[in-house]
Amino acid sequence: MDNIAGTKSSLTWAVHISVAVLVALWLFPTVGLFVSSFRTADQISTSGWWKSLFPSEQNLTIRTAGPDAQGPDGPLFVIEGNLFDGKDAEISVWGISSRAIADFVPGDTAELKKGGRVTVQANGDYRMENEEEFTGSRGIRIFVTAEQPPEFTTENYHNMLLDPKNVDGMAKAFFNTLTVTIPATIIPIVVAAFAAYALAWMDFPGRALLIACIVALLVVPLQLALIPLLKFHLGIGIGKGYLGTWFAHTGFGLPLAIYLLRNYMVGLPRDIIENARVDGATEFQIFTKIILPLSFPALASFAIFQFLWTWNDLLVAKVFLIDSSGQTTVMTAQIVELLGTRGGNWEILATAAFVSIAVPLGVFFAMQKYLVRGLLAGSVK
Amino acid sequence: MHPALLGIFTIAIGVGGCVTYYFSSNWILDNLLYPAKGPNAGRNINRANMIRPWLFLFPALVALGLYLAYPVFETLRLSLTDRDQDGAFVGLANYKQMFSEPKFWEAMRNNMLWLIVVPAMSTMFGLLVAQLTDRIKWGNLAKSLIFMPMAISFVGAAVIWKLVYDARPEGTEQIGVLNAIYVWFSGGAPQQWLTLPIWNNFFLMVVLIWIQTGFAMVILSAALRGIPEETIEAAIVDGANPIQIFFKIKVPQIKATIMVVWTTITLVVLKVFDIVFAMTNGQWETQVLANYMYDKLFRSFDWGVGSASAMIIMLLVTPILVWNVHNARKEMR
Repeated sequence: MDNIAGTKSSLTWAVHISVAVLVALWLFPTVGLFVSSFRTADQISTSGWWKSLFPSEQNLTIRTAGPDAQGPDGPLFVIEGNLFDGKDAEISVWGISSRAIADFVPGDTAELKKGGRVTVQANGDYRMENEEEFTGSRGIRIFVTAEQPPEFTTENYHNMLLDPKNVDGMAKAFFNTLTVTIPATIIPIVVAAFAAYALAWMDFPGRALLIACIVALLVVPLQLALIPLLKFHLGIGIGKGYLGTWFAHTGFGLPLAIYLLRNYMVGLPRDIIENARVDGATEFQIFTKIILPLSFPALASFAIFQFLWTWNDLLVAKVFLIDSSGQTTVMTAQIVELLGTRGGNWEILATAAFVSIAVPLGVFFAMQKYLVRGLLAGSVK
Repeated sequence: MHPALLGIFTIAIGVGGCVTYYFSSNWILDNLLYPAKGPNAGRNINRANMIRPWLFLFPALVALGLYLAYPVFETLRLSLTDRDQDGAFVGLANYKQMFSEPKFWEAMRNNMLWLIVVPAMSTMFGLLVAQLTDRIKWGNLAKSLIFMPMAISFVGAAVIWKLVYDARPEGTEQIGVLNAIYVWFSGGAPQQWLTLPIWNNFFLMVVLIWIQTGFAMVILSAALRGIPEETIEAAIVDGANPIQIFFKIKVPQIKATIMVVWTTITLVVLKVFDIVFAMTNGQWETQVLANYMYDKLFRSFDWGVGSASAMIIMLLVTPILVWNVHNARKEMR
């Protein structure tokens, strides 16, 4: 806008850089969690996620193969293998005691306390030799400091989504969330569309008052509704469950739905509707054949809002849905639970969070246009 | 029944039921009650048109009344009664008890802090980003990325930021960005950011600011584009520099929009629950009203005081409610 007078500002670079910094700041936390969800528990707890993008030096404790793997080599008993199971890594120093993890360099041979000796190469190959048979049930521990290339795994997602034995798994919660979300998005749209049409294009006494009431209800905190509605649901016998949750989401979503749709419908050209009336169309036909198809953008806007809001909701689900059996938990509630019980297990938390974030993010990027349009219609007056 | 089946069933019943209701009630009105033929055709059409709006509105009005309007009054009533005394009327006793609790005043103080900081910072960042991205080619991409947190749940955001604030024992590698930077620069011991009283409130607010900036940006960006070019051209001709143009020409013209953004974010702040619930659960002096209320209702099962605190939230919302209604009515005239 400022280039209209031909002032190619010297500030342009400053603008580019500040925007880049802001975007980086805004993205950084999310990327951190995303990267973490592809790392193993060990990796997450030993180094910051930003280091995982580069080769990293790590202190590892690895056990060699046990005595049952030994074989004869001439007069000697020998155990051979690779500490990294053939994965790429470069050992800089190693040791055989936790108090001296840097006693040896690759190629050195260390004498073992229990008899015998071990040689470790830079790539992790080791060879244990002994004149007598190795005894015991387990291999010895070797402490290595090694440079490992970046390594990512999808195992976390496998554990959280596909492993039916995992009690922390998200598969069930995912379907529960979906079960809550879809009816809670569709039903208010139908109800609101008819009401919005009446408020936009039908003349009746009290219309202005009703619209004012809906604007007022837009801001009523749903906190006020918790106890009265829970009492009401228990009273009419539906108790805690999906039915009550769908009703609640419908009720809470309606003011915005009616408001958005009415504002949009009022803006539709009067001629079309009047012509249809003159041609003898009934109100019902006008609504279903003309208004509804024309209002698609507003319907889409609201659908996205309601979808995001019900998918991301915690409070309504906790109050109206989740009973003591825990069978109907939704993802947000499950994540809060995990924050309490698995506070330090970032591989679980990060993966769980991303499973729940992925769907709204997909919807967001696919339908951003409608979301922006809805926001503008809903707020700017 | 499997919940997914129940869901499909409910969609079918809900949507089918609604459509059937609208269609059949409309049909009955047009064909049985007041048919548009015979000697009274004209009168019948008028009558039908008087009734029809209410048929269209009926389900919405029932839902709104039952799920939003009635609870306001019922909560008011509950806040004046005591559940342990079988719902006996106790006047303002619940409010008195609430006002005597330090936890309530802590929640009030924190809520006030939230109310000042979050709308101000979100609007400021939103305005900044909107203005800056307006002038560059990849502005839309930048906006879309800053807008993205809007799609992330408060709970998801809480996890994301908990990782940022994570603290490991001194001497080990820090995996939280904030502590990694802090230890790197100060060389001191890592901090448990979420347990530092007063400051931890701000660390929680950062999460909401991070989410709401995108919202502010979208709205303000549209408003900035709506400013007539002539005003800016005139300012440039008069020799105003970009900063003067921004603060003296642009901002005053979008004041109304800034107010709308500010109040909308204020409403979000007043209801903020998930972030505090998931990150600190009100410990270490981070309590806020909505979480205090949840504690009272579902942990100590004190419906009286819980409802009283809900009424306080309602009271804080009321000025915005009145202002919104006032604006809407003005606009309709």
